[in-house]
Amino acid sequence: MSEIKKIKNLKEFSTSADRFEGANLLCPGCAHSIIVREVLNATNDDLVLAASTGCLEVCTAVYPYTSWDASWIHIGFENSSTAVAGAEAMYNALKRKGRLPQPDRTPKFVAFAGDGASYDIGFQWISGCFERGHDMMYVVLDNEVYANTGGQRSSSTPVGSSTTTAPAGRVSYGEKKEKKDMMSIMAAHHAPYVAQVAPNKWKDMVKKIQRGFNTVGPVFINAVSPCTTEWKFDPADTMMLTDLSTDSLVFPLYEIIDNKELNITYRPKNVVPVIDYLGAQGRFKHLFKPENKHILDGWQKRVDDNWDYLQRREEARV
Amino acid sequence: MANKGWDEFDAGAILFSFNDKVDNIATTLAEDRPYSPSNSFTASVGDWRIEKPIFNKDYCIDCQFCWIYCPDVSIIARDKKMIGIDFDHCKGCGICVEVCPTNPKSLLMFDEHKDDDECLAGWPEKDEKEK
Repeated sequence: MSEIKKIKNLKEFSTSADRFEGANLLCPGCAHSIIVREVLNATNDDLVLAASTGCLEVCTAVYPYTSWDASWIHIGFENSSTAVAGAEAMYNALKRKGRLPQPDRTPKFVAFAGDGASYDIGFQWISGCFERGHDMMYVVLDNEVYANTGGQRSSSTPVGSSTTTAPAGRVSYGEKKEKKDMMSIMAAHHAPYVAQVAPNKWKDMVKKIQRGFNTVGPVFINAVSPCTTEWKFDPADTMMLTDLSTDSLVFPLYEIIDNKELNITYRPKNVVPVIDYLGAQGRFKHLFKPENKHILDGWQKRVDDNWDYLQRREEARV
Repeated sequence: MANKGWDEFDAGAILFSFNDKVDNIATTLAEDRPYSPSNSFTASVGDWRIEKPIFNKDYCIDCQFCWIYCPDVSIIARDKKMIGIDFDHCKGCGICVEVCPTNPKSLLMFDEHKDDDECLAGWPEKDEKEK
């Protein structure tokens, strides 16, 4: 096990040398790169990275440029998890045979994918990786929509969101299905560590990432990533939106260890009503019409129920 | 690199991030890295900006919120101090200004074509709290 990078405060963290470069083509104000930077800067070890097709992949590897200062693999939409798992299996095989050129280096294996690539398209592949128990980390950049291809709904899209394939209008209030509970699904694989993070709570995030890096076995991280283009808000408000998502408990920050122990890692001092979170985004603006009042009430009830459930589960230690 | 089309490139070619071998990239700062022309560090997205952030170091408390929340690695922090903005990579999103906690803010957005000294001369005074 390698040494854990010491990050006591933000000043100390800011001495990190970024391994993710600027002049990528992500939208101004995109939270993807904030999350990627926080993950990469959390360790000083070598990294083997993979990215599924999605905003992050198409924007950071535009010919003839690469934005990654680490080994980086892209294969297909569904298989960033298997790409990294294959690299990890090869690393272990070479290590066993004593053929590594620098055996004292301990690379970390990380896969990045959007919610479409994780919740829908790559689900079977992730499930396989977690079942086989590779020593890797899987980071979902959860922006709740297929943002790269023009805003189609994914199974992460929440109720009432207007997307191009579930548009809101005269007869519909937008997406009708509830968001898939990926955290519970991944925890049910008996993964050693499953956590939900948000880039605005950087200390909580770095702590979880470092814990993930030092866990042997597959680690699942779900990171909320506000999308200025598809959530329809001003690029400067990305951090405000992330604050609202964590403080309204729409994205509660918690971790599940071995599917046994659930810890809530952030309890907002002042819980914000969910309508503040919904009202800040253009994709929910039709919900504020009088005929859609029941959707708003349903939202608040669902968030409250989920928070109750998490608290009960934390207390019961199951 | 810029003059070479996609069909003139060798099949199976690798784009290297660096020209030389870097021993430990995680502890090598940007100025010491041998960037290759295929690293996006050598490219610029500065022309995306409509407004630019201007940094006034008189009010900065080096909290580094702008550094951590910058999506484009454009806030240059060295030795725990914020020393400036990388205008080659800044897309002008304005997150740094939103997260700046000082009063008045030590980062503000100005029109891209406005002169820097002019921006600094017209910096707002401290806001008194309403009682």
